[in-house]
Amino acid sequence: MESLNETLTETTRATGAGGFLAPSMRRFLARFSLFGWPRFRKTGIVQGTGSERGGTMAGQVKGNPWFISGFLLVIFLLGWHLFTLRPTFDPSGMTEEQLLLMEFNGDIVRGADGAYTWNPEKEKVKGVPGPLAVVEKARTELAEAFQIKGTNDHGIAYLVFYTVSRFAAGFLAASIIAIMLGVVLGLNRVLFRAINPYIQILKPISPLAWMPLLLYTVKDPKWTAVLVVFMAALWPTLATTAFGVSSLRKEYLHVAAIVQLSWFKRLFKVILPAAAPTIVNGLRISFGSALVAVVPAEMLLGELGVGYLSWIEWNNLDIAGVIFAILVVGVVGVVLDSGFNKLAGLVTYQE
Amino acid sequence: MSFLQIDHVSKYFPNPSGVGQVCIFKDVTIKIENGEFVTTIGHSGCGKSTLLNIIAGLETPSEGGVILNGREASGPGLDRMVVFQNFALMPWMTVFENVALAVRSAYPEWSREQVTAHVHKYIMLVGLKGAEDKRPVALSGGMKQRVGLARAFSIEPKVLLLDEPFAQIDALTRGVIQEELIQMWNTSRNTVFMVTHDVDEAILLSDRILLMTNGPDSRIAEMVHVTIPRPRSRETIIEHSHYYKIRNHIIHFLVRHAKHGIEVDGTSSSHQADGGPVIVDFERDAAAVH
Repeated sequence: MESLNETLTETTRATGAGGFLAPSMRRFLARFSLFGWPRFRKTGIVQGTGSERGGTMAGQVKGNPWFISGFLLVIFLLGWHLFTLRPTFDPSGMTEEQLLLMEFNGDIVRGADGAYTWNPEKEKVKGVPGPLAVVEKARTELAEAFQIKGTNDHGIAYLVFYTVSRFAAGFLAASIIAIMLGVVLGLNRVLFRAINPYIQILKPISPLAWMPLLLYTVKDPKWTAVLVVFMAALWPTLATTAFGVSSLRKEYLHVAAIVQLSWFKRLFKVILPAAAPTIVNGLRISFGSALVAVVPAEMLLGELGVGYLSWIEWNNLDIAGVIFAILVVGVVGVVLDSGFNKLAGLVTYQE
Repeated sequence: MSFLQIDHVSKYFPNPSGVGQVCIFKDVTIKIENGEFVTTIGHSGCGKSTLLNIIAGLETPSEGGVILNGREASGPGLDRMVVFQNFALMPWMTVFENVALAVRSAYPEWSREQVTAHVHKYIMLVGLKGAEDKRPVALSGGMKQRVGLARAFSIEPKVLLLDEPFAQIDALTRGVIQEELIQMWNTSRNTVFMVTHDVDEAILLSDRILLMTNGPDSRIAEMVHVTIPRPRSRETIIEHSHYYKIRNHIIHFLVRHAKHGIEVDGTSSSHQADGGPVIVDFERDAAAVH
């Protein structure tokens, strides 16, 4: 990523796009290039500078990363498929009694043509389902994405929406409070040192550990789930904001003092923008930990969401469904994370 | 009373060992007239930057005070603007915004158009026209300090405080910016207090140069009058007969005497009546010989 970033920077300079690109814009582009990089190369936008830099950069290999990614995926899927393949039922060498017993146990079923096959219902929980089973499950789930079949049987689109809004509510509330508190602590060294021990004690507590207490006090699983996300997102932002504000370069404050900015302007024109890169780093850590917390919170509280989906499919003994839910959690995480990075790029600057 | 008077200022810091205090400098008195350009030279650690920060109001003196235009100046204010060694530009703001931040504060009653025009005027004055929308990261050291100068001059402060302003700029650019500073100062005629390590820079720019002994417990040992008429330029100043006299005197002081604070003997110097620094004035010496 670092090298992409650099190369892109070089590119924008070399192509003379104004000679300069705002750092936010540059980061935005670099982030974008996570998906756009190979196409840039093919269309030749960066060919000149790319190859020039290639020589100087250690360990840079020519080739298309997507090709390698795709190759690895194919290997993985093939391996998965082969390891989970099961032979078809072979009745030869079995007596009629044995077959009847197996049918009675539900291991095999007799088809319309009188031939026995493995009972598909029981197959679901024998070993790990293969990729084809997961694809089949995903197809049915996605086809019913916008359907509500019952109180606890909502389509996957709804589940994603619930999780994202639960996550967003907890994360935003935690971020606002953590930044405000962090600025206060960062500006007041004595207060910072007084409060810091408590932050250090509370920070390592798993947000899930709060759940019983929260459930007992707020008496509502909906809000408990949001509060668990809140607890997960609070501490990293709080700690880094306080640190970032307290370690601001003195000159910025000196300039603000000389030109007699009001405290309001001092906060919004100098302190917050100056600490923005550090604050964003804290938000990034909070973001990850909140994303990790939201899934088990849904599982434990039984609140509809993608975490809940994973657990309910386990209760249904639908392992393909569990794998599908895991994939959905991953996709939701990636989308939220890239969105966050785009926003983060807008407020950070380069020294 | 002088326009700017640093009046018996002392500064103590707590001793790092926790016991007692370290005296940075003691009983420093400097009188600066309106429109005068005064420079302080001394080795690192002699407290000259601390002195500048005290004038700026960014640090408080342990004893004494700063009097500006008949009033005590305590705390930072728009009448004393600093040009910082490391530029102190806000990296998240463009060149225009950096200057405008100061202008808006200095002239809160101005309209948006007035502010814009004023900012553009000073950006043009430092030769950065066309770079208004760049951020500091895209500027060279010299360009950054031009922004710093534009910001400082734009609020038309009574006193301009230059804290080793060109120390981080390459030697070739430094000379160019020094002459630009002279030109800007010629029209604005602010009172300037500068701190530097660069003897040539001090001679080129200053009316008087104060020489500080090494810290801790440093003091202003000598006051050298730069007896070279203005306008000065880098090319012609070295041809003046006093240039190397002044230069050699200062370097001699910095190499030999700054450590002990021993005063130069004999003819070319004389004590101030109140026991202040030794005054070095080659013009007066020359007049005395004739």
